[in-house]
Amino acid sequence: MADISFVRTEMLPEKAPPASSVGLIGWIRENLFSGWFNSVLTVLSLAFVYYVLASILPWIFQSSWTANSLNECREAISTTYGEGTSGACWAVVRERYLQLIYGFYPDHLYWRPNLASVLTLGALAPILFSSLPRKMLWLTVVAPFAVPWLLWGGTIWTPVSAAMGFVLGFAAYTVVSRFNGSLAAVIAAIVVPILWWLFVAGTFASLLQSVLPFGLETVESRNFGGFMLSITIGVTGIVCSLPIGIVLALGRQSNLLIVRGLCIGFIEFIRGVPLITLLFVASTLLNIFMPPGTNFDIILRVMIMVTVFASAYMAEVIRGGLAALPKGQYEGADSLGLNYWQSQRLIIMPQALKISIPGIVSTFIGMFKDTTLVSIIGLMDPLGLSNAIRADANWNGIVWELYGFIALMFFIFCFSMSRYSMFLERKLQTGHR
Amino acid sequence: MTTFTDPPKESFRLSMLIYDTRYRSMTIQVVALIGFMLMAAWLINNTIQNLDALGKPIDFGFFSEPASYDINQRLVEYNSRDSHLRASFVGLLNTLLVAALGCALATVLGVLIGVLRLSRNWLVARIMTVYVETFRNVPVLLWIVFFMAMLIETLPAPRAFRGENATASMWLGDTVAVTNRGVYVPEPLFSRSLGDISFFGAFNISVDLIAVLLVLAGGLFVSGLIKRRADRIQEATGERPTTWYLRLGVVAVPLIVLLAVLGFHLGYPALKGFNFQDGIHMRNSLLALWLALSFYTAAFIAEIVRAGILAISKGQTEAAAALGLRQNRIMNLVILPQALRVIIPPLISQYLNLTKNSSLAIAVGYMDITGTLGGITMNQTGRELECVLLLMLVYLTISLLISLVMNWYNERVKLVER
Repeated sequence: MADISFVRTEMLPEKAPPASSVGLIGWIRENLFSGWFNSVLTVLSLAFVYYVLASILPWIFQSSWTANSLNECREAISTTYGEGTSGACWAVVRERYLQLIYGFYPDHLYWRPNLASVLTLGALAPILFSSLPRKMLWLTVVAPFAVPWLLWGGTIWTPVSAAMGFVLGFAAYTVVSRFNGSLAAVIAAIVVPILWWLFVAGTFASLLQSVLPFGLETVESRNFGGFMLSITIGVTGIVCSLPIGIVLALGRQSNLLIVRGLCIGFIEFIRGVPLITLLFVASTLLNIFMPPGTNFDIILRVMIMVTVFASAYMAEVIRGGLAALPKGQYEGADSLGLNYWQSQRLIIMPQALKISIPGIVSTFIGMFKDTTLVSIIGLMDPLGLSNAIRADANWNGIVWELYGFIALMFFIFCFSMSRYSMFLERKLQTGHR
Repeated sequence: MTTFTDPPKESFRLSMLIYDTRYRSMTIQVVALIGFMLMAAWLINNTIQNLDALGKPIDFGFFSEPASYDINQRLVEYNSRDSHLRASFVGLLNTLLVAALGCALATVLGVLIGVLRLSRNWLVARIMTVYVETFRNVPVLLWIVFFMAMLIETLPAPRAFRGENATASMWLGDTVAVTNRGVYVPEPLFSRSLGDISFFGAFNISVDLIAVLLVLAGGLFVSGLIKRRADRIQEATGERPTTWYLRLGVVAVPLIVLLAVLGFHLGYPALKGFNFQDGIHMRNSLLALWLALSFYTAAFIAEIVRAGILAISKGQTEAAAALGLRQNRIMNLVILPQALRVIIPPLISQYLNLTKNSSLAIAVGYMDITGTLGGITMNQTGRELECVLLLMLVYLTISLLISLVMNWYNERVKLVER
């Protein structure tokens, strides 16, 4: 009697999934045509994308890079691509890109802004990427003095004597703290440099200059322009507004009534007015607020107001980070016996700043974009320069190419900043969730 | 005999001001206050000295002098013989106009884009991402001049509408004219108008408009009453009476009757001579500013809306579905109320940003408060200090009012914990 029962003793091999649910076709079915509504949406979007690309791409690529004026451009395009073709005249970018980058900076001195930007990048790199060698931090110390000197020129002894102030402050701190309490040392470290800058530094610099004359050709502020100007204002604002913003945020969170009131008043006032009114203050009023006879540089005035503006926003972002920290962190720091500044430095700030990174970077991006506003008070930032270029008879009437180029540059800067903030968030993610 | 003695009363020493935490905070505050007052006194003193040297002490008398410049886009009557004060007022209304228009359009666009960015359709989501990144990463001033250039360069001139073989035609059945000198839309007219009433002699408001608004508000109020009654009946009996036709009726019927009584009709723009006449003329400067601010702010609002929707955990949807709610009720009753709590505060701060960014109107020549008070008036009278300070005050007031609303709302919707 034969055993006719059948029991399978091994697994069947897996069958391949149906062709319609894997690979490209499956993906398209899943993501683009999963229902009639989605299909309609997809078709409409495809039509939209086609329409946009079909109207922009020919304009971008049927272009002229070589002409010397707008009329030449149009002729060249219509001879190459046929009558009636409208194409971009990128020749204006080729001819004027140096101006759009450097403004009216003397062209034999272009190495100076170049070197300054390399120096700035070198100074920022060790702060931005912790994997770089720590020795590079020396660049960070030197750059704040070297970069303005490179850009504006003048004698080398001015930045040197400005730096001397910090050295003197440090020296005063170490000397006084040896004999007296730390409080006296802090006061000395604040007072000595201020006295130095107010009364000695100028004489010191001119004295050294007469003994050891060494300097660079001076470049007036009115020659600054283009992306160099935007970046100079932007980077100064970014670098200065972060510490000021931290101090303001701490002041607003503190339980000292008067300090808190002053900080709230300042922050709310600045946040309540548009930047353009602050720039009006910079261009017309700041000299009125200073002692009679003071007349300082317009770019410096704009930098001050932009920094003031950005630090109020920065303060709010950081306050958000401080408020988001659980109360246990503050209490834990107190129970360790740390004093206010120690607990801020070691426990609170590292966490609060980490939480507020997205906000901080978006404030930076916003501020960098806002540097275009200086064109309204007559500075030659890229947007101001585009008007100046249009005033040239050769390029009268050129609009899209210039705006497109400027927009592209801003997009690259801002987009890479936002990507960096995402990188930082991922890196500092210490594993909640 | 006492067993307890008070701890030895420490006499106050000067060093305790610094080293004793009980007094140190006082010391710091007093020092800060003195420092602040010294600084303020120094600034004010400098200002007074400088103004004396310039020979123009602070004086607001220039406000009553004739402005002698024109404002082409205006909401109230104004001509160049009116005072600077009047010109500033016209500018303020223009600021508020573009801010209100901008907030409305930006909200609509932003919500649409934010929702579409979460779409399961890959292509739609990508297009919206590109939109958001493009608009967020390019300065708003660039967008404003860009839109201005687009309106001027790409739209047809009024003469293209004329003649036998016109190259351009009006939109929406010959009612809207889109030209490179602005857009002309039909204007509402009343053939049996009730006239205007004057407010403080400063501006006139049409009585027709007030009547229409009052009737509309009354209708909405009655409709609300009907809804509440329906709610009560539903709670008592479990049956909800059908009320939609009643609610529609109490809003629509009185309004239609009123419009018919007032003789409502539309005035269509028509080409006369070299330009369009009649209808409401929206100038390029207003349009460019409005569109640019709206499109720019919409990118930010889209991100806020997206974040708000993503912030509601999936469990909420599933729990609501488990309760047997339908899809649209899940959205209305469960998701939206929670998402709005996340969305509204940053949304209002975007409105604030839009209002402040409207000061860039000066770049396209739209005469808002910055263009009048902070622009031509300041340049004509040379009163920089007064003008800039007043300008700041105006914006500060607007901002504070908006943040008051925001705080009130936050207080109302705050989750009450413990």
